[in-house]
Amino acid sequence: MVTLSDPPRESFRLSQLIYDTRYRSMTIQVVALIGFLILLGWLFSNTMQNLTELGKEPSFRFLSDPAGYDINQRLIDYNNQDTHLRAAFIGLLNTLLVAFLGCITATVLGVIIGVLRLSKNWLVARLMTIYVEMFRNVPVLLWIVFVMAILIESLPAPRAFKGENPSATMKVFDTVAVTNRGIYVPEVQFGRDAKDDKGEYLDEPTGWRTGLGDFPVGADPDNPSCESYFASEGPMAGEPGPGCGRFQISLDLMAIILVLMAGFYVSHRIKTRADHIQEATGERPTTWYLRLGVIVIPLAILFWAMGTYLTYPSIERGFNFQGGTHMRNSLIALWLALSLYTAAFIAEIVRAGIMAISHGQTEAAAALGLRPKRIMSLVILPQALRVIIPPLISNYLNLTKNSSLAIAVGYMDITGTLMGITLNQTGRELETVLLGMLIYLTISLSISAVMNWYNNSVKLVER
Amino acid sequence: MKKTVFLGALTVAGLAAGAAAAGTLDDVKARGKLNCGVSTGLVGFAAADANGEWDGFDVAVCRAVAAAVLGDPKAVEFVPTTGKTRFTALASGEVDMLARNTTWTFSRDVDLKFTFVGVNYYDGQGFMVPKELGVSSAKELDGSTVCIQTGTTTELNLADFFRANNISYEPVPIETNAEAQQQYLAGACDVYTTDASGLAATRATFETPGDHVVLPEIISKEPLGPLVRHGDDEWGDVVRWTLNALVTAEELGITSANVKEMASAAGNNPEINRLLGTEGNLGEMLGLSADWSVNAIATNGNYGEIFEKNIGENTPIGLSRGLNAQWTNGGLIYSPPFR
Ligand SMILES: N[C@@H](CCC(=O)N[C@@H](CS)C(=O)NCC(=O)O)C(=O)O
Repeated sequence: MVTLSDPPRESFRLSQLIYDTRYRSMTIQVVALIGFLILLGWLFSNTMQNLTELGKEPSFRFLSDPAGYDINQRLIDYNNQDTHLRAAFIGLLNTLLVAFLGCITATVLGVIIGVLRLSKNWLVARLMTIYVEMFRNVPVLLWIVFVMAILIESLPAPRAFKGENPSATMKVFDTVAVTNRGIYVPEVQFGRDAKDDKGEYLDEPTGWRTGLGDFPVGADPDNPSCESYFASEGPMAGEPGPGCGRFQISLDLMAIILVLMAGFYVSHRIKTRADHIQEATGERPTTWYLRLGVIVIPLAILFWAMGTYLTYPSIERGFNFQGGTHMRNSLIALWLALSLYTAAFIAEIVRAGIMAISHGQTEAAAALGLRPKRIMSLVILPQALRVIIPPLISNYLNLTKNSSLAIAVGYMDITGTLMGITLNQTGRELETVLLGMLIYLTISLSISAVMNWYNNSVKLVER
Repeated sequence: MKKTVFLGALTVAGLAAGAAAAGTLDDVKARGKLNCGVSTGLVGFAAADANGEWDGFDVAVCRAVAAAVLGDPKAVEFVPTTGKTRFTALASGEVDMLARNTTWTFSRDVDLKFTFVGVNYYDGQGFMVPKELGVSSAKELDGSTVCIQTGTTTELNLADFFRANNISYEPVPIETNAEAQQQYLAGACDVYTTDASGLAATRATFETPGDHVVLPEIISKEPLGPLVRHGDDEWGDVVRWTLNALVTAEELGITSANVKEMASAAGNNPEINRLLGTEGNLGEMLGLSADWSVNAIATNGNYGEIFEKNIGENTPIGLSRGLNAQWTNGGLIYSPPFR
């Protein structure tokens, strides 16, 4: 007979924390954590003490003081009497703008180059290899400075466009001016029939194609620049002046976005319907003109109804082009350099993603009678996306963080405003840099979140 | 038990690190070298030649201080700083002093916690434009593109000036003088604005300086001078009185040529005797050797000599003394007495 007894209950001894392998790793981790916390606490208290000794107790009050400096590229209204906080926000918008433009261009370029690098055409493949190696292996700062230097040194100054015999002329039917201060392109405006400041029609009046105007968020009736917004009569009635409200939303743009989204939705419904018909009958109805039509026609009507017109850049007098939209050199240089640089990395990721799909897939698709282009877009790329997206995220993050090199070309991003001029004028190194780090962290985490969501939606559905 | 010791040690280390900030003079002596923050390169004020030797009007102040403290004008480590990095470099202790055409302002003194020890150049902000633009006054600059160095008073004055005159401009922020020069010459900006002395110095390096004019308007007061951190008055005194020694030397006719001779024996002017250490113990009071000022003056000469050699009328920069003449000649350069 066998008696089963419980194993002897061990009493816990302190020495077990070190000698017993079951607890040892736990002990080490706890000690390391405590050490780390002490180190952090020490750094923190030391910093505080040193700053206090210097007479610079950390404080964020400077954020509400007037900034005093001007910023050239402003996506929302700003002047030098606004606060440091608003200046930082202008910088943040500039960072987001260049990061957004950069990510899109880098992705488009990267995908094209990555696919072309796998081309069977020897020359094309080699050229793409050269591109990738060239951009990948030179620091991005050098590319930024290099592009800027080319723009400044090789393009004509605005004054070359002036006079009887200008040495430079505008491009694209005289609508685009390429200068060493940036590119001036026609600007879309609404409200052809709107009245100007003096109550005169800008064009032959029909009286109602005035556009929707702007909506000032947080408008204050006591603010003089909001006077015309709250007025019910007189020229410009209902139009907020610059500086009215915290920022202004273009209702025209909102209308366009809404109509565009509705158009895409209907277009998508048409496609789904065509898919159903194809599945049921084996014949796919021709839908491209319908799908195009539901997007383009409402948009065209909207544009007409809002009195859309273009203003063109021109230079007769003065130092600079007037009218049109000015894309500054600094933006172009930074955008171009960041996109070209990041595209080289994305190209490699795309190439790796495609090569990860077994050749059998291509052959199987070919056996079904698909043409090479369709094999790529219907079979290979959708599968490759699973491999491509995670490293793509980190490249988007890199691009965004690299945009902090903007100051090298004088682009006023968050590093240039908050962590540049504001830091320098107020001497608040710790506060501004902490804020800046927090902002970059938030941007990066947001990008990751969006991309992870996208990744989840394209990944293989496992059953 | 052990942990408390460890914690205690950390706290002490923290305190020690906190307290180490004081005593710049002792630090410099122990190091045997003065860390001096200068500009990244502005000919006449601070520029390194092909051999890496720094020279210029601001550099001379650094050398004089090194000579006074260490007896060796070559014992200087020059740290190039941009308008943006200079204050962080000084506040963090990376440099012991700044001599980098820096304007003495209320907020830099009171809020940024620096001590300006004096003024070595009375300046004002000016504008430079290419002659071909045909501009004769800064008020005609409506709509122009202006190159400015970021992190300067220039930037703020410019904003004020254009706002006060109700005209608009497009700022092009730039980090260093060299980049500004490149953009300006390529026509990427119409106007370059900075301290008038800086404009003269920059223009002197152009291939054809005659093609550019400095507009008559001076839109601000820019008293430029050396500065140190707040709270270390011993060190502040050393730099302040070294600068004053150079100024007083000019007033009293002491030059690099005759300083050694005058210092060899007491003469009949008691102030000269006190300054040069043949009488009294001013050097000792500062914590320096008795011949501190002799060394400082012997290095590059007195204030006037330094001015003439680096930026004076016989140099390509060609600045006249103007406001920077001795008070005895109707200028503002004036040192408190050595007594
Ligand atoms: N005095 C002004 C401006 C000083 C400044 O940045 N000056 C320019 C030109 S006068 C300079 O020294 N540049 C040299 C460099 O770029 O390092 C200030 O203190 O803010």
